Amino acid sequence: MSSVKKYEYDVLIIGAGGAGLRSAIEASDAGVKVGVVCKSLLGKAHTVMAEGGAAAAIGNIDEKDNWKIHFADTMRGGQYLNNPKMAEIHAKESPARIFELEAWGALFDRTKDGKILQRHFGGHRYRRLAHVGDRTGLEMIRTLQDHGIHQGIDFHMECTVLNLLKDGDRIAGAFGYDREKGRFLVFETSAVVLATGGIGRAYKVTSNSWEYTGDGQTLAYDCGAELIDMEFVQFHPTGMVWPPSVKGILVTEGVRGEGGVLRNSEGRRFMFDDIPEAYKSSTADSEEEAWQYTIGNTEARRPPELLTRDHVARCIIREIKEGRGSPHGGVFLDIAWIKEKLPNAVEHIKRKLPSMYHQFKELAEIDITTEVMEVGPTTHYIMGGVRVNAETQMTNVPGLFAAGEVAAGLHGANRLGGNSLSDLLVFGRRSGEFAAKFSKENGKAAIDDRQVQSATRAALAPFERAGGSGGSGVYQVQQELQDSMQSLVGIVRTESELKEGLEVISRLKERSKVVGVEGNREYNPGWHTALDLHNLMTISEAIARCALMRKESRGAHFRLDFPDKSEGFAEIIMVISKDADGLMQVNSEAIVPLTEEHKQIIEDNK
Amino acid sequence: MASVTFKVWRGNKEGGEFKEYSTDITEGMVVLDALFQIQADAANDLAIRWNCKAGKCGSCSAEVNGYPRLLCMTRMSSLPQDRPVKIEPMKSFPVIKDLVCDVSWNYEAKKRIKKFKPRKPDAADGTWRMQQEDVDRVQEFRKCIECFLCQDVCHVLREHHLHENFIGPSLLVYTAALEMHPLDVEDRTEDLRKHQGIGYCNITKCCTNVCPENITITDNAIIPLKERLVDKFYDPLKKILNLFSGKS
Repeated sequence: MSSVKKYEYDVLIIGAGGAGLRSAIEASDAGVKVGVVCKSLLGKAHTVMAEGGAAAAIGNIDEKDNWKIHFADTMRGGQYLNNPKMAEIHAKESPARIFELEAWGALFDRTKDGKILQRHFGGHRYRRLAHVGDRTGLEMIRTLQDHGIHQGIDFHMECTVLNLLKDGDRIAGAFGYDREKGRFLVFETSAVVLATGGIGRAYKVTSNSWEYTGDGQTLAYDCGAELIDMEFVQFHPTGMVWPPSVKGILVTEGVRGEGGVLRNSEGRRFMFDDIPEAYKSSTADSEEEAWQYTIGNTEARRPPELLTRDHVARCIIREIKEGRGSPHGGVFLDIAWIKEKLPNAVEHIKRKLPSMYHQFKELAEIDITTEVMEVGPTTHYIMGGVRVNAETQMTNVPGLFAAGEVAAGLHGANRLGGNSLSDLLVFGRRSGEFAAKFSKENGKAAIDDRQVQSATRAALAPFERAGGSGGSGVYQVQQELQDSMQSLVGIVRTESELKEGLEVISRLKERSKVVGVEGNREYNPGWHTALDLHNLMTISEAIARCALMRKESRGAHFRLDFPDKSEGFAEIIMVISKDADGLMQVNSEAIVPLTEEHKQIIEDNK
Repeated sequence: MASVTFKVWRGNKEGGEFKEYSTDITEGMVVLDALFQIQADAANDLAIRWNCKAGKCGSCSAEVNGYPRLLCMTRMSSLPQDRPVKIEPMKSFPVIKDLVCDVSWNYEAKKRIKKFKPRKPDAADGTWRMQQEDVDRVQEFRKCIECFLCQDVCHVLREHHLHENFIGPSLLVYTAALEMHPLDVEDRTEDLRKHQGIGYCNITKCCTNVCPENITITDNAIIPLKERLVDKFYDPLKKILNLFSGKS
């Protein structure tokens, strides 16, 4: 049996993106011993990629803004499947979390009177996103990182957690390995916070990096926690489509926020053609009005390009399917046109969207200040995930917490842009606070060596199967899963394709149990990919099962065979759990009801 | 579609060698794409560190034909393809395996730089007021993605291995961002001189040339820091005043 290296913490945080770092800072402030495990180097997590901004009703530009309107916008965007308590906490606490970042050194773009500047984003009534050009995520993660390294937190970089260990019902620790040497690690801890992010790698076209393999969702599911809303996967409307090697890389919504417009091959601004009823009264009906809004005329209504992401993505798909797409299978996104309106447009674009300018110039040889971009939908975010208590972020497993993208409830059927960065600050902080409290109140539990031994055996199994045929290598299984999820469980879904998808997943699951890997345990990506397959299979199955159950179209979930919303599903969420035989169960449950106050706020802000 | 040969360094801290692989290149591919193909088809255990694949996280730093680059932002079409493309790990840090280096020194050294310390809030609600033009200068430094390519090219680290005495351009940019932050009231000049070895930098500007974020490292970060030091420690007028006031 391989030897294992042991560490002891009060709170162990898995993941070092925004949620994990914010959680770690809070827990260490509470005086407990904190360890953070992350798959990459510190500061490289997906938060670094976030571009547009963090939504908070600070009201620096639009004084009328307040938490109630942010709450109502979030609920409407989520088609009222959100957990209203979470949406309330999020809207109320976001401003304080942004100010706190400033106190830790973050430098947001400024208004003329020296306050934090806020920008437009889809689904938000007012200019609400605190931002730094189009690299807000980098500013946030670096601020949290640079603050966190002085907090006495232990960071285990380039380590992966494979199993959570339990003592009876509650969390006792975690088992994993370090990438460098492949040494096994056991973390003895009173509480675990999952902050592992999303699942983008289950799809072929994604804005997510290799890390996002549904680790936290699977760790939680495997140890008895519930997953909800897994059918709601956000396909961001604008990813790069050309050249092939960059397909899926994100093009920030900020491009549209700064005046970028979507056009089809006929030059038509097609977003004007289909404006949902709920947004009619708040959407511009002429190009001039849309531009007036962009430049800050508070009387003007929003451009249709800033409708919610699910809707914009579907409109783009429609244009492509009906033959009005761009040469490489997308549509056109044009920011260069603003030179008709602004004398210093080229400078303005470079200043407001520097990393987009750089990204297109370097990777596609396109100058966005003079040329149009080609864009199409890309897998971006999962609204669903681990079910948590709205206030404490604890799951149904005592001592297990989740925050950020891996957790679910805030965003319902569709997330508004900008609500993710504020989500991870607000609930990252809460998860750290309550995990520390849990550890103080409950102390440590016992590690069961048998669990460690069986986890070790499972982790080493791929090596024992080395020499397997090249045809069923780990990378090939991963690619087949991504292809199938893309084509069968993607943006437009039908019952027959979802069923076919489940069959493919089940076949690939069997193959993933027999793939072998070559080489040794030192920094071996083949081995790492083999171990990730279990997670990818688990969350893919969860997405497909929930999608099959929801026989309607709502938010990010679109069923071609049930293209409309259905009353019968209006107040129901899907809940995934593992049964006694280890099989995946899906049950529907009533949503968390709105309080009278919530109802009133929503009514007042219709 | 054309087949291109790569010479990829394979090995670990004990040693290694270049191995040849060929793979097909299609339009728009970057070096990292080619390495992924090699990894999937011929070298499953080829160690590459990467993350965002969009030039935003700074993970995939290595040397392409001897030049420090992000693998994800180096287009195949920018390289001569009539001879093998040489890929090797950075030289300023110990190798872990293949193209992956142990960069932990950067994180340790950063921890020793005094953290951000803001002045008292400007407004009663605990917030500050800053003008965009004051923020601009520091925002340039805060674009740093910590890819450490500037550390790789810096001869003080690369050839002279003075890691103990010199924090390197990347951390000088970090220090400059703190020192020039409109709200910061900490003083790091003494540390820069005594422990962080700013004097070792002789302004060859190699770091500026390799920065994928186009940060003007030498001119905008390092030189102004050097000037601050001169003002503080070598100003003749101050020296005389200090003499009279009894300070050394």
